[in-house]
Amino acid sequence: MLAYLFYIVAAITVTTAVYLIFEKNPVFGALYLIQTMVSLAVLYILLEAQFVAAVQIIVYAGAIMVLFLFVIMLLNLDIGEETKNALPYQRIPAILMGIALFTIICIVIRSKLLQGKQDQYTTAFVQGVGNTKLIGNLLFTEYLLPFEITSILLFVAAIGAIMLAKRKL
Amino acid sequence: MITITHYLVLSAILFTVGVIGVLIRRNAIIIFMCIELMLNAVNLSFVACAHYLNSMQGQLFVFFTMTVAAAEAAVGLAIIVAVFRNKETINIDDINIMKW
Amino acid sequence: MLNLVALILLFPLIGTVINGLAGKRLRKETVGYLACGAIGLSFLVSFMVFIGLLQLPPDERLFEKHLFRWIESGSFISAAALQVDPLSVVMILVITGVGFLIHLYSIGYMHHDKGYHRYFCYLNLFVFSMLLLVLSNNFLLMFIGWEAVGLCSYLLIGFWFEKKSASDAAKKAFVVNRVGDFGFALGIMLIFLTFHSIDFTEVFSAVSHGNFEKGSFTVTMITLLLFIGATGKSAQIPLYTWLPDAMEGPTPVSALIHAATMVTAGVYMIARCNALYLLSPFTMTVVASIGVITALFAASVGLVQNDIKRVLAYSTISQLGYMFLACGVGAFTAGVFHLMTHAFFKALLFLASGSVIHALSGEQDIRKMGGLKPHIPVTYKTFLIGTVAIAGIPPFAGFFSKDEILLEALVRGNFIYWSLGAFAALLTAFYMFRLLFMTFHGECRVDHHAMEHLHESPKNMTLPLVALAGLSFVGGFFGIPGANALEHFLAPVLGGHGHTEVRGAVSAGHHGAWLPYLMMVISTAIALVGIFLAYQMYIKKPGLSKKLAERFRLIHKLLLNKYYVDEIYDAIFINPTKKISTQVLWKVIDVRMIDGSVNGIAWLVGRIGSVLRHLQTGYIRNYAFYIVVGCILIIVLAVFGR
Repeated sequence: MLAYLFYIVAAITVTTAVYLIFEKNPVFGALYLIQTMVSLAVLYILLEAQFVAAVQIIVYAGAIMVLFLFVIMLLNLDIGEETKNALPYQRIPAILMGIALFTIICIVIRSKLLQGKQDQYTTAFVQGVGNTKLIGNLLFTEYLLPFEITSILLFVAAIGAIMLAKRKL
Repeated sequence: MITITHYLVLSAILFTVGVIGVLIRRNAIIIFMCIELMLNAVNLSFVACAHYLNSMQGQLFVFFTMTVAAAEAAVGLAIIVAVFRNKETINIDDINIMKW
Repeated sequence: MLNLVALILLFPLIGTVINGLAGKRLRKETVGYLACGAIGLSFLVSFMVFIGLLQLPPDERLFEKHLFRWIESGSFISAAALQVDPLSVVMILVITGVGFLIHLYSIGYMHHDKGYHRYFCYLNLFVFSMLLLVLSNNFLLMFIGWEAVGLCSYLLIGFWFEKKSASDAAKKAFVVNRVGDFGFALGIMLIFLTFHSIDFTEVFSAVSHGNFEKGSFTVTMITLLLFIGATGKSAQIPLYTWLPDAMEGPTPVSALIHAATMVTAGVYMIARCNALYLLSPFTMTVVASIGVITALFAASVGLVQNDIKRVLAYSTISQLGYMFLACGVGAFTAGVFHLMTHAFFKALLFLASGSVIHALSGEQDIRKMGGLKPHIPVTYKTFLIGTVAIAGIPPFAGFFSKDEILLEALVRGNFIYWSLGAFAALLTAFYMFRLLFMTFHGECRVDHHAMEHLHESPKNMTLPLVALAGLSFVGGFFGIPGANALEHFLAPVLGGHGHTEVRGAVSAGHHGAWLPYLMMVISTAIALVGIFLAYQMYIKKPGLSKKLAERFRLIHKLLLNKYYVDEIYDAIFINPTKKISTQVLWKVIDVRMIDGSVNGIAWLVGRIGSVLRHLQTGYIRNYAFYIVVGCILIIVLAVFGR
């Protein structure tokens, strides 16, 4: 049952992603991307990562994509915007390169190069404590410093965005 | 039975699609969205690895990746707005003064 | 009191810094008295250090003052540390004492010069460097002082650098000294290689413990290399040519640097390294031979020179030759003794000649002087004392030291050393009195213009003259035979035991006790003969010298042109060097090869760039494509490349 769910959701994810890169209208592109992200959230749930799935929907599909849509509408672009194509000859090599990249990544996945150490957080253990509670505990104890640094990062990014987008300071 | 390889291959597909998008599209906003797609593909592999290794670190890393993505989106979109204000276009082939 | 030794260095340094940085804005009086005060304080401290040293028992008269760790690299350690022992104390007393008098004199002499503060800045710097040279406790720090006095000498010879001859002379002095310094530096390196240390105490104790047999090749090489340095700094054959030209500098500079102190650095160094030199009989022979040949050679050139300062310059070279002769036969005490007395009377002679030049508004040619005695009486009297002292008439200073050197040359050396030295002494007496007679006696040949301004120098110039005249008079009594205070004082450093052996041999053995007294009589007689000849030629029969010159025209011309040594050096070393530099090094190597390769590389890079810049399209997608290709390659390498 869950295997079927995975295949269905994976197919939706890939399809919307491919639609995204061939879509002329950026608004539709954004919508396809939102669909991709929601499908990814479903996959996260399949992987027992409920908190990440929720954040995926709230932050990515919600906040970030709304920002994208907001900018698209702010700029009010025509649909046939991409008039000038300076590198028409790059299209085929680019796709070939993409395929090459995929091949090589698959080779890496199959070659036993990727190996990890088993940790203590088994599914039963996580379900006993609760996924969100565990992440919260870790964030505010072991990973407190990086967590606080992300706040500085976001603060700086906000200032930078305002600096760049404002007409006159 | 769904193994970690399934997830990793899916992640690779999404990543490759994002790369191809970056390489063939000219609309700066779409390129941006492709980059977000690549970030998401990596996030998927993080979560998958975390799940199959019984670890929490992958999930926490996703958390930080999202923060970076948010910051990047804010700054990047601000740059696009600023560029559009100066050049009346977001076609990156029109923005080609980064050369000799 | 010995702890104060660092202050001796500090005062001149302070004077240099203040005069160098702020001298332009200070009043002239302030500059002069500041510089003098610095050296005066230095002298006082030196005297206190001397007293402090005297209070120690003779065998323990060695004090080392560690200032700071300087260079440490692997097994190479060089500290900035000072060493006080009888030898360095004698040197610092002479340097600061004579230096102080010359500073005082300079206040009057340089009063009208526009580079007044610059002059005193250099002069203080010189005293500082010289003190560093004699106070250092290792070879490297000594080398720093050694180089620094060379630098000051360069700056002061070229003090009036607007004059081409002065700047040329400065350059010459610098380059010739460089040749010697090269040898000195090589010597230091060899010392480190051999002894694994450059501290005086460690090196000399290693030597005295008998780790090296007498005449060992390494020690001979070390001493020869060090001696090359000494010939450069102390103006011995073959590197003496810079000293006569150095007279282009202001006269007090000639007195201080090129007569009294700096040129004696070589003698000091050899005396300091006596333990090494005594191990190498070959080097000792070389030193003695060079010394005696230089003494004779320079004296013969001095016979016919007409520039008052040039005569004194050649006499300086000649006297330095005596000191090397003394060192070469192993009589280091006699060498240092002569160094000291020479500092007194040569400084006196130079300052007095400066006073003459000052009185005559810059005239230096003795053919245009004469009959100055009644006009500048103080200068005359002091000059006379200096001349008598250098000629070697008892009881003046030069007599005792020169007599001791000649005696040692005979007893420890051989008859040839003695006879050549004695002949040089005869020439010395002759040319010095010729100088005296032509300057102060006979008819007046001064031109009218200069005659009007003829005046005795001011008090602050004559005062140092009188003081130095007093020292020239009494200086010899420090080393009077029989009660040789200097020798006893220096014995811990210079090994007076060898000396007493000689004395013992003299009094007991084959020569007999009468030898020293006979020698005194002989050297006095030699000096008197020289004076008599000069008197005959320049007072009684003024035409005689001209007749002699015509009779021996070839020799006269040879002497007048200083044996054509400068010309020979020009032909052998300088012109070929210039030619090679111009024709090969400049026009082929520099222009064709170095410039050519540099320009060629730049041209090549430009061409490649103009082709490759087409890769830089400016399209971001293009760059992104390259990045992806690069990533793929890197992954391929990481996966398959192991």
